[in-house]
Amino acid sequence: MTFLNAIFRNLFSRPATRRYPFVKREPFPGTRGQLAIDPDRCIYCGICAKRCPANAITVSKTPSKSWTLDNYRCVICGYCVEVCPKKCLTMKQDYFSPK
Amino acid sequence: MARKSVIPFGPQHPVLPEPLHLRLVLEDERVVEALPSIGYIHRGLEKLAEQKDYIQDAFLVERTCGICSFIHALTYCQGIEALLKLEVPPRARYLRTVWSEMHRVHSHLLWLGLLADAFGFENLFMQAWRAREEVVDLMEVTAGARIMLGMCCVGGVRRDLTDEQLAAVLKSMDKLNRQFDDLIPVILKDYSVQQRLRGVGRISRETAYERGAVGPVARASGVARDFRETGYAAYGELGFVPVVETEGDCYARMEVRLAELYQCLHLVRAAVRKMPSGPISVTPKGNPDGEYVSRTEQPRGEVVYYLKGNGGKNLDRLRIRTPTFANIAPLLAMLPGCELADVPVIVLSIDPCISCTER
Repeated sequence: MTFLNAIFRNLFSRPATRRYPFVKREPFPGTRGQLAIDPDRCIYCGICAKRCPANAITVSKTPSKSWTLDNYRCVICGYCVEVCPKKCLTMKQDYFSPK
Repeated sequence: MARKSVIPFGPQHPVLPEPLHLRLVLEDERVVEALPSIGYIHRGLEKLAEQKDYIQDAFLVERTCGICSFIHALTYCQGIEALLKLEVPPRARYLRTVWSEMHRVHSHLLWLGLLADAFGFENLFMQAWRAREEVVDLMEVTAGARIMLGMCCVGGVRRDLTDEQLAAVLKSMDKLNRQFDDLIPVILKDYSVQQRLRGVGRISRETAYERGAVGPVARASGVARDFRETGYAAYGELGFVPVVETEGDCYARMEVRLAELYQCLHLVRAAVRKMPSGPISVTPKGNPDGEYVSRTEQPRGEVVYYLKGNGGKNLDRLRIRTPTFANIAPLLAMLPGCELADVPVIVLSIDPCISCTER
């Protein structure tokens, strides 16, 4: 008897799930989805690469300046965003999806 | 006398979320002995921790467990803070408590779903996991990730909660409370749940104590031991009293966890209402030197971290004793005498987390 309320609520309420590929949930503000860089502001100091707990970032100055991220190693902790001296790293809310 | 036969239970078994292997010695359908073997998913995490610096390790130890990740980071950070003699700001302690209790809610609901699934109660499984989604979403709103919050750092926490977010937390707690009111009395009174859990896998208070049971397994047998009583983080200021049952069977273990669900809501509400203002972290200075044993209460029981620093950035040794490891010995006392069909339920009643255990 005690479950009758729940049964009726379940019958007449919307499903708890979404029709996923067609209906996507908007990410919450503040969600750590994936890392993004503004290359114009980056000074290639390499602090992010040194601090990254997962060794996901590689920065080199020679022969050419490059900043690369291995998305499959990244644990999306956001530590690099905190330590970046130029604040050129940001967290995007949407998750990384393999192409 | 019936002939004895030995059958393997796990590491791959439909009911097991993680690879625990038990060799069961059976007489007909009755278990007479159980022999465990673990080590299928060892990851060498403690060794890796020696190669990362002590700030990075906070993110690494969080990945010991995919269910109670925040509390692992909390235990580690409390240990390092003790070695560095850091005073954590009060607001950080309260925020740590809020996230710890959210983790406990999601862990207990996940366990409830898995237990229901183990004895074929699909409906309850779905109801529990739907309620869990609420708290997992709440963690994403407040911390930016569903499980791996990454919010605990040496010296405090990494993100502050605004007043709106704190109000949202309280609102979610009310919503969860309503869902629990619908769900929990039904589970406790349900005929089939009682049939499957009452009197199954019983261990006495003495056995639980002697075998070193921790967490809900110990508390269901009447051992009133909960590390939150020592008042780490903000627990000392929230009026915490452990939940204790005395029956010692699977049903009592479920009762303890279900009562803890309400208790978690109470603790989160109390922490949010008492939330002091001020800074959320202090910058760590120097490197850890010396030894420290850091302990906290996880959803599954007491976790022990042994930390040894040498004055450098890297730790000399990090040792993790997880609650499931402590609960395997009591599990072996629960199994003899039970029916083979009850083994999955008994195994799940200790809430096994094997990837923690093997690190």
